[in-house]
Amino acid sequence: MTHWKVILTIAKTHLLTKIKQTATAALGVTFGIGAYITLVCFMTGLNTMLDDLILNQTPHIHVYNEIEPSEKQPLDYYHNVENSFSVIRSIKPRLSQKKIHNANPIIAYLNQNENVRGAIPQIKATIFYIAGSIELGGNLTGIQPIEEARLFNLQDYVVEGTPKDLYNNESGILLGIGIAKKMSLDVGDRVQISTIKGAVFPLKIVGLYQSGISEIDNIQSFVNLKTTQKILGEAENYITDINVKLYNIEEALPLSKKIERQFNLTAIDIKTANAQFETGTTIRNLITYAVSITLLIVAGFGIYNILNMLIYEKMNDIAILKATGFSGKDVQYIFMSQAMIIGFVGGVLGLLIGYGLTSLISTIPFQTEALPTVETYPINMNPLFFVIGFLFAMISTFLAGYLPAIKAKKIDPVKIIRGQ
Amino acid sequence: MEAILKTKNINKYFKKPVLFHVLKDINFQVNKGEFTSIMGKSGCGKSTLLYILSTMDTDYEGELFLNNQLITGQDKDHLSYIRNKHIGFVFQFHYLLSEFSVLENVLLPAKKLAEKSLKEIESDAMQKLKMLHIDHLAKKRASRISGGEKQRVAIARALINNPSIIMGDEPTGNLDSYNAENVFDIFKQLSDEQGLSFLVVTHDQDFADKTDRIIQMGDGKIIS
Repeated sequence: MTHWKVILTIAKTHLLTKIKQTATAALGVTFGIGAYITLVCFMTGLNTMLDDLILNQTPHIHVYNEIEPSEKQPLDYYHNVENSFSVIRSIKPRLSQKKIHNANPIIAYLNQNENVRGAIPQIKATIFYIAGSIELGGNLTGIQPIEEARLFNLQDYVVEGTPKDLYNNESGILLGIGIAKKMSLDVGDRVQISTIKGAVFPLKIVGLYQSGISEIDNIQSFVNLKTTQKILGEAENYITDINVKLYNIEEALPLSKKIERQFNLTAIDIKTANAQFETGTTIRNLITYAVSITLLIVAGFGIYNILNMLIYEKMNDIAILKATGFSGKDVQYIFMSQAMIIGFVGGVLGLLIGYGLTSLISTIPFQTEALPTVETYPINMNPLFFVIGFLFAMISTFLAGYLPAIKAKKIDPVKIIRGQ
Repeated sequence: MEAILKTKNINKYFKKPVLFHVLKDINFQVNKGEFTSIMGKSGCGKSTLLYILSTMDTDYEGELFLNNQLITGQDKDHLSYIRNKHIGFVFQFHYLLSEFSVLENVLLPAKKLAEKSLKEIESDAMQKLKMLHIDHLAKKRASRISGGEKQRVAIARALINNPSIIMGDEPTGNLDSYNAENVFDIFKQLSDEQGLSFLVVTHDQDFADKTDRIIQMGDGKIIS
């Protein structure tokens, strides 16, 4: 039989009469939890931002035609040299087209797959930007601007103008910000580009593109898919790349293998392309959790210490409680509930402090060339972190209170009463 | 006469530092309404016996009966319940919970027993305090009252659950003669008027002489 009301009254009285010790113990938890919330929100915020930087604009599967030498060279078909050592010099890549054969049916087919959020075509072309007599080399990518914005967050990287402006203007171009700077151009100006074959086209700048990686910003520009086909003098089914975005990133590897087999194309999945990236994320998470758990363990030892001391101070009380009919369990619960109250109060305060600090951090300006859309420090305020933080406060104080409480449970009242 | 407390062949050994036979074949009983005192020289085992009788010490051989029920071998939680309901304690040192008020100190055992509502318990407690003439101290902290008052609070606490027997380990040992007499008078009055049984270990010959019966102990045995 446990009478929680009595037990809690006793626990409360003990805590209130030793308010300084109680406050110290609770503050230990508060700082532990507060630091945990701040750290984890901030770190995961940064992580998500870094992930987005790479992953948002990267297709989950990139399908294209690789230019490479044939695996079976003509000599291999000549059976007379079968078991001998043959040397072929100056191997050339196989003469194949850059364009994906039957691209539109493939895109339609991929879009029917239920794992696929969207598959969209691109055309990649090498061109020159012409500024007077100077020609600057560059990459032109033909895109479907609206779809590109929907699936790959193009709008985040268009610092002036919008993807829609490009969609509305058939001879418009989203110019890389590096080129724009070099050529002193701005939105509304015209830029001339020349294809490798020498044809020159004037295009109107409808927006500026900034990926954050200056090497890309110095060469990359976007135009409409159809415009690219026109510039290159190709037919309407000329498509060099297909980018696929999935609902679940884990499906990327199997699907890319399937595409490779089925269509005889090269398909690279995001994990293969960015393997080192995931390692970084995992390690950052590991560090975050290692630091927070250390903080909480330190707080836990603080509580353990204080409760231990409290029990030595309260030896007489424990003996008298036991003599007047409180069982060992009751005494154990008294001290356990003291620990849990400390954990609860400290934990809730810690959550509030963590919330306050993260809110503060999220208002601090953080501007960097690399991330045009980020203006303040990124914070990932996930309610789950608050739940974990609270649970951790309760569990660590439970453990810290458990051992001293067991000690109190085992105290022999006769020894105390006779020993005086 | 109805026996409240009865022992059968109780033996107790101290195992440390060397094996020592403290209590040898203790057989006696305390009847209802009887005021018994245990006397003997220091180290003869009278306190040891009292703590066995109090159910707090379970490490002994033999059998112990309270209200004709065998206590020996019961589990600890049940022993706690028995202490709570049937046994009241008064110690040499007052052993109040110093951070609680006088009233709270008296209330705690009753709250633990939880047989009555809080209101009933409080009025019981106030009545006991009044009987002992310390009702004006009810709201004071237990650490702020005098030694004699503390002992009376301890008596009120021992009485709160209307126990079958009250045990005292030198309840007057730490008090001046005036307060000691006061405590004795209270015990005597409770014994006469309410038929409460008392078992008191004491060194005080004057105190013992006034009780109904004296149990003399020597070398772990009951002499008379």
